[in-house]
Amino acid sequence: MANTMPSNDALSKRGRVMGPRRYRVALLRSIVVLLSIALLEVASRQAWIDPISFIPPSEMALSAWTLLTDGAYREDMMLTLSSATASILMATSAGFLFGLALFKLPRLRRVLDPLLLSYYAVPIFVLYPLLIVLFGLNRWPLIMLGFLFAIIAMAVNTLNGLERVPQVLLRTARVLRMGKTREALLITLPASLPFVFTGIKLAIVYSFIAVIGGEFLLSGAGLGYQIAFAYNNFDNATMYGLMFLLLTFIGAINLVLHAVEHSLYQRRVIKEAV
Amino acid sequence: MSAHVSERIPTRRQAKPSSWMDTVVLIAGILLLWQLSSWALGTEVLPGPARTLTQLQREFADPDFGAHLAETSKAFAWALLIAVAGGIGLGLVLGARRLAGDVMEPLLIALYSIPKIALYPIILLVFGLGISAKVAFGVIHGIIPIAIFTMTAVRNIRPVYIRSIRAHRLSPWQGAMHVLIPATVPEIVAGLRIGFSLTLLGTLLGEMFASQRGIGHLLMLAIDRNNPPTIMALALLLFLFATAVSIALLRWDRHLRH
Repeated sequence: MANTMPSNDALSKRGRVMGPRRYRVALLRSIVVLLSIALLEVASRQAWIDPISFIPPSEMALSAWTLLTDGAYREDMMLTLSSATASILMATSAGFLFGLALFKLPRLRRVLDPLLLSYYAVPIFVLYPLLIVLFGLNRWPLIMLGFLFAIIAMAVNTLNGLERVPQVLLRTARVLRMGKTREALLITLPASLPFVFTGIKLAIVYSFIAVIGGEFLLSGAGLGYQIAFAYNNFDNATMYGLMFLLLTFIGAINLVLHAVEHSLYQRRVIKEAV
Repeated sequence: MSAHVSERIPTRRQAKPSSWMDTVVLIAGILLLWQLSSWALGTEVLPGPARTLTQLQREFADPDFGAHLAETSKAFAWALLIAVAGGIGLGLVLGARRLAGDVMEPLLIALYSIPKIALYPIILLVFGLGISAKVAFGVIHGIIPIAIFTMTAVRNIRPVYIRSIRAHRLSPWQGAMHVLIPATVPEIVAGLRIGFSLTLLGTLLGEMFASQRGIGHLLMLAIDRNNPPTIMALALLLFLFATAVSIALLRWDRHLRH
């Protein structure tokens, strides 16, 4: 079931890269990124690739900066951000409860298992028009889209985490005669936290993907819509500027989430080893 | 390929009868919920199962439908083929070369988590309007999970396999075909399952924006004309297709792991 996200396996691997090698790897990675950006820059400036359809990265950054400083798209950005935030809050809380219910009710879980496993096989965007009919022409259909896209990842990872609480910790709780609440607060939650956090991370990522995707395809406002609008108007400078902003923003979020997740798992590994 | 796996006899027979019951309960539950919400919201907002099925029949009877379905199938098949071949190839290389893998892995994960739909205009500008843009968009969705799964599998392979590649002096190609791929089939299938759904998603999204043909385009038309029965019928079609393939791949995956 952990299969819903490849990052998990990958993560436990990277924990083993240590010491000076880690810095070398990080250095090489930055070189790869910088080289590819430089290559794009040169390719576009020298017109190896069509400079009209792909503007040089430096101009993208410049355009992004202008867009950011003149504030023309501030409202759209806030709209996207607030919708995604609402979706994230709903998906993480509901997803957590759903995961808990699945853990407590094995029968329910057995019945729903095929659905959970094939949930992400269905392009959820097809439901967007129905959501519009249900919730009206406002931001709620987008929020619900993000919610529906994110909740299952959260639930599955919560379930995964609860299942992986080491037996020995649960036995410790019994030896110490902990009550139900204390066991949950002191044992179960901390022990499953890394997995729950993976769920939160995915919920954040998926919410943004769904909200921006929904805006891009069928909406009248928001960052995704403005990118589609700029594309339709052959306004490539604005389009690439907005993309640049979006990628920088999502990239920064990912970086932070990744770092937190990494340290959580690493702490867990050390605890298990002791 | 599956010779070393099939000798293990599946031992979990007793779980069978109740699992059929579970499936029946699940399907009945979904149908019931669907029908109830349809009644609650009104059939013109959310058509019920029966109405959706008749609409699906009507869609299939439509003379243009075949061409749209063929277009989507063609785009999806190409995208899947390229994503699988490319993903496995990339995963093998990054898995076998540890340094390259360490350097590239976070970049792949970062690519996996950006909203790629916002980058679709670039694909359109590069590939032009038409089927190649859809294929490319499907590929960039599907290739990354397959590559990540394959890479992780190759890294966790038993060292004796790697040594035997060296002992037999296999070329990289032979080593991949005779040792690495057979040894990592279960993980590749697991990656394939996710890659499959994401490729489908990518292809459909590609058709929903700036396209004149395909199931995604039909969906977009139905949305513009506010035609819930068609939306539901197409959603059902996609749902059934995606779920069927996903379950088949899952079965295969479980079979390989036993």
